[in-house]
Amino acid sequence: MSAHGATVESHVSGTTKLFLWVWFWLLVLTGIEVLLAYLRLEPRLMLILLVGLSLIKSALIVAYFMHMRFERLGLFLTIVPALVFCLCMILIFVFPDSLRIVQMHP
Amino acid sequence: MSDTELDFSAASSWSGGVSPYATNTKKLGMWLFLLSDSLTFSSAILAYAYVRLSSTNWPRPFEISPAVVNATVMTLVLLSSSLTMVMAVHAGHKGKRKSAVWWIIGTMAGGLLFDFLHLSEWFRLIFNEKVTPWSNPWGDPLFGGTFFGLTGLHMLHVTIGVIYLGIIAYGFGRGKYNADHVEVSGLYWHFVDLVWMFIFPMIYLMSVNLKG
Repeated sequence: MSAHGATVESHVSGTTKLFLWVWFWLLVLTGIEVLLAYLRLEPRLMLILLVGLSLIKSALIVAYFMHMRFERLGLFLTIVPALVFCLCMILIFVFPDSLRIVQMHP
Repeated sequence: MSDTELDFSAASSWSGGVSPYATNTKKLGMWLFLLSDSLTFSSAILAYAYVRLSSTNWPRPFEISPAVVNATVMTLVLLSSSLTMVMAVHAGHKGKRKSAVWWIIGTMAGGLLFDFLHLSEWFRLIFNEKVTPWSNPWGDPLFGGTFFGLTGLHMLHVTIGVIYLGIIAYGFGRGKYNADHVEVSGLYWHFVDLVWMFIFPMIYLMSVNLKG
């Protein structure tokens, strides 16, 4: 993420090779997720692992496919912390109840 | 006074007169839309995760074949269509108009194939397994509601995306739109791909039936 992209005009960033690599890694991570399904893990652990892997995948998509890595830092700082903040606000109300569920049936 | 003006230009790009994001307004607008749209999906997925974990009787209807294989192929199709969209944006910025249009058409084909595979899955569940949003033969009735709700909202986004890309491809091919329009439509398409990266594991892989 360059803090000082000099021009206002849209710019060509990244190479075909880079995008193919990102695509390849996204497929690998998807493959790992499908393999996890065969292990029949306990749902909570499974959910945590799957969401973790999905977060990595979405970070790859946002950074490279959506060019966020080549945008100014300011755009990232405008979008992502706001999203994280809103999600935390939602989770504040869900977490206590979720913890109660965990105790209800272990 | 002149000192203050000097400070203005040197101190911050937020003081006016320049473009602090160094991007066009369309792109910023699309990012803000995607921010709000991601909250819509987050809320829906969070609600699903909540009922999924709190239920002791959640159905696991997705057998490895055909359901999980089908969904994995759908993921592959959507990821590849994201790659063709990246190529379209790339070609657009290089001024290769014709090549960009063909890459966009390839992306649209991926979106349509995704819709086709997904709808065949839906029809199988609706007509063969008799799943409705409020009932199913296996267990917790909320399964149908969350499944059709989440995947339906996503399918709607894919379908709108295909139409959007069609308009962009037509306009860009005729010189009505510039490369920025292609890039902004690309942002939308990648977002649809991104959302599927959450729905696929959480809907399908969390409910795999290994006995089948």
